[in-house]
Amino acid sequence: MLGLDAIELARIQFAFTVSFHIIFPAFSIGLASYLAVLNGLHLWTGKDIYLRLFNYWKTIFAVAFGMGVVSGIVMSYQFGTNWSVFSDKAGPVIGPLMGYEVLSAFFLEAGFLGVMLFGREKVGARAHFFATLMVAIGTLGSAFWILSVNSWMQTPQGHGINEVGQFIPLDWWAIVFNPSFPYRLVHMVLAAYLTTALVVGAVGGLHLLRDRMDQGARVMFAMAMGMLIVVAPLQILAGDFHGLNTLEHQPAKIAAMEGHFESHPEGGAPLILFGLPNAATETVDYAVQIPYLSSLILTHDLTSPLPGLADFPVDERPPVAIVFWSFRIMVALGFAMLGLGIWALVARMRGNLYDRKWLHRAAIVMGPSGFVAVLAGWITTEVGRQPWTVYGLLSTNDSVAPVEAAAVASSLVAFILVYFMLFGAGTYYILRLMNKRLADRIPLTSIGPIRTAGITPAPAVDDKFIPVE
Amino acid sequence: MILDLAFIWAGLIAFAVLAYVILDGFDLGVGILFPFLRSTADKDLAMNTVAPVWDGNETWLVLGGGGLFAVFPLAYAVVMPALYVPIIVMLLALVFRGVAFEFRWRTQRGKFLWDISFAFGSIMAAFAQGIALGALVQGIAVEGRAYAGGNWDWLTPFSILTGVALVAGYALMGASWLVMKTDGPLRAAARRMAVWTGAVTIALVGLVSLITPFLNPLYLDRWFGFPNVLFSVFVPAAILAAMLVFIKGLRDNRDAWPFLATVALFVLSFIGLGISFYPYMVPPSLTIWDVAAPDESLWFLLAGALVLVPMILAYTGYAYWVFRGKVDPAGGYH
Ligand code: HDD
Ligand code: HEM
Ligand code: HEM
Repeated sequence: MLGLDAIELARIQFAFTVSFHIIFPAFSIGLASYLAVLNGLHLWTGKDIYLRLFNYWKTIFAVAFGMGVVSGIVMSYQFGTNWSVFSDKAGPVIGPLMGYEVLSAFFLEAGFLGVMLFGREKVGARAHFFATLMVAIGTLGSAFWILSVNSWMQTPQGHGINEVGQFIPLDWWAIVFNPSFPYRLVHMVLAAYLTTALVVGAVGGLHLLRDRMDQGARVMFAMAMGMLIVVAPLQILAGDFHGLNTLEHQPAKIAAMEGHFESHPEGGAPLILFGLPNAATETVDYAVQIPYLSSLILTHDLTSPLPGLADFPVDERPPVAIVFWSFRIMVALGFAMLGLGIWALVARMRGNLYDRKWLHRAAIVMGPSGFVAVLAGWITTEVGRQPWTVYGLLSTNDSVAPVEAAAVASSLVAFILVYFMLFGAGTYYILRLMNKRLADRIPLTSIGPIRTAGITPAPAVDDKFIPVE
Repeated sequence: MILDLAFIWAGLIAFAVLAYVILDGFDLGVGILFPFLRSTADKDLAMNTVAPVWDGNETWLVLGGGGLFAVFPLAYAVVMPALYVPIIVMLLALVFRGVAFEFRWRTQRGKFLWDISFAFGSIMAAFAQGIALGALVQGIAVEGRAYAGGNWDWLTPFSILTGVALVAGYALMGASWLVMKTDGPLRAAARRMAVWTGAVTIALVGLVSLITPFLNPLYLDRWFGFPNVLFSVFVPAAILAAMLVFIKGLRDNRDAWPFLATVALFVLSFIGLGISFYPYMVPPSLTIWDVAAPDESLWFLLAGALVLVPMILAYTGYAYWVFRGKVDPAGGYH
């Protein structure tokens, strides 16, 4: 297809399906925790509003979670269908970690999901809170294990290689807690919380614009902005530490992110803000740069050496332009999030958080920015580690499955069509749900005993049935 | 005594696959029968019988795939490319049906579309799984540590037959599940469907069983060599017993019996399959010991599995307990 060979097609297919997948977990990890908090607050304070907010977001969670599950199931088979040689070789090390993910996280989520969504009346408030908590813990557990897998591929350690070329585990502790894992875990979980806070904030902002007395919108907006002002700075800090760690273990990736072609053995590297990296001439054209700043950020002094792409053979360099740009998008969004958080904090201190229309509009605009930053971050990470699947040890070209290009091409087209159609519809439904006011969607009466309406047709009494049109 | 870890894991993976086939079997079955349900009320009710548990059911599939990756990586690396087309079809089909669980409650105008999506996805997923099973039974060409055949090697009359048989089998399970979980017109319809899906399933399973021993001399020896033949006689006899329970349950309005009998039928067929397969993981060339990961990997995951699997069974059981009994149509989307 389009002159692409089987490897390129397999890469595109994997990148496409995993990019779609990550969108849902990025949201549902944060939302599951938010639901647990709402449920807990209701249990603790007895206030109606928390339960109504819980029910409001629960429906949205259910739709997003369903899409996360089905796109995730695809992922767990794609390692074999697209990267079978990789699977054979790396399976003994990362397979068990993914096995733990299934056993300790996926089952936990799935097992308690039904109770959380449908079982409140059957099990009572306490057990219902417990189920919600288990779902939230499950999503975090799954982030733990899968990020450990990914991090091991980035910074492998604790393994040996046997006579048939498989990686074999020698030290499980070293494998699970490999050098980049703590950084990646913290950064990703914070990213998920940010993503969710931004979405909740956007929905709150939207309803405040329509009615500044809307009680549900007020609570949502205040909670989201509070989360933002705490987490956004932490995320920038975590990103900085993550970068230092990457410099230590994957200097070629950092060089690509920074756009440094030449090396700086005496330090003093400039920070290139913008420019057009040109791999052919090995220069960054039209660069706008701040002298010394890159060295200052990455080595925290002015004289430590900083490698550039020139220090690496041409065939071991990642594609520079993609990494350079996706990194900038992520960082720019990170600062924009911080800006929004500060704005909201100032408004809060002045006591007019619910009156500032431009703040609410800005929150709406920033609603999707978490997803964009997550994708940009992952593209930086994954493209930046090319041309390896297991860094420095197994190349991408040697990982691919012996499947014919025609088969990969047609399945790729099928994935693209199906994903855009179905997940597009799901996104539309989610947006429609968000567009409804809390008061319209979850009337106060729905909180009381559920059967008060007598024998009405099911959908009428049921807050689960919310046709969006 | 040295534990044979590969053997233990083969047992555990087999258990995961069986758990998947039974659990997701009935909820795929409900989807397969969807086009035969007349009223929207029946469809709502049928879907509500599985809505709280389907995600957990499907997680066993993730355990099957993920477990294979972890403990038998070579088998995973050979089987996935060999069955590329049916696997991708199954995955896409699962997307179609999985999203329907939530989407169909979000729209009135588009509801019928998600009903179609649910039915189509369930049927295709079941069919693809049956084909994958048939292709595995036929055998997979291996050279060195990789699949050595083409894209379409899996496509034979036999694999199509197993595909259809599995669709029928899941439909049977779905029908008897609905008999057990519902009342009124839906239960009546499900009883009728249980009868004919039961007849079709038995016929097709019989056909598959007749052909299988002749696909591979090994299977023939397995079934008809001594002393296996004693056991070989036991399996069909037990299947006959299950059928009697099934019929009696339907006739005497013991609504759980048909479902339990169907489960027994699946367990027995699965044992039959095990008899043919053992000790191969990828017939005709790779045994479970050829494909097993090193002992360090097997130990590490086994330690966790021994603690976590019982816990999983406990809270999965709890979830089924919470939603036990007939589903109340007036109770809304529980
Ligand atoms: C809301 C999301 C979000 C935001 C605002 C940021 N990041 Fe990020 N970033 C991610 C979401 C993310 C991510 C999706 O979570 C990644 C991809 C892989 C990973 O571990 O985290 C990531 C990767 C990633 C990497 C690559 C690490 C590697 O692969 O070796 C670095 C160096 C940074 N980030 C640094 C930053 C900095 C300095 C930020 C400051 C503004 C920042 N990130 C904001
Ligand atoms: C933790 C889970 C993840 C694992 C284990 C993982 C693993 C892999 C593997 C094996 C490849 C194939 C080799 C390659 O082409 O680089 C790959 C490529 C890729 N992944 Fe990831 N990935 C993960 C998460 C993600 C996420 C969440 C995204 C995106 C949002 C992503 C984006 C990509 C991209 C864009 C490529 C293609 C890079 C290229 O071919 O140049 N990955 N990943
Ligand atoms: C390529 C790597 C990946 C694979 C193979 C994979 C696999 C899966 C599977 C099979 C599921 C469905 C679980 C169920 O049945 O309940 C799932 C859901 C999930 N995954 Fe992934 N995943 C990958 C990447 C990631 C990443 C990078 C993250 C986050 C850091 C993540 C977090 C989650 C979460 C939180 C869920 C459950 C919530 C939801 O469905 O939205 N996964 N994944």
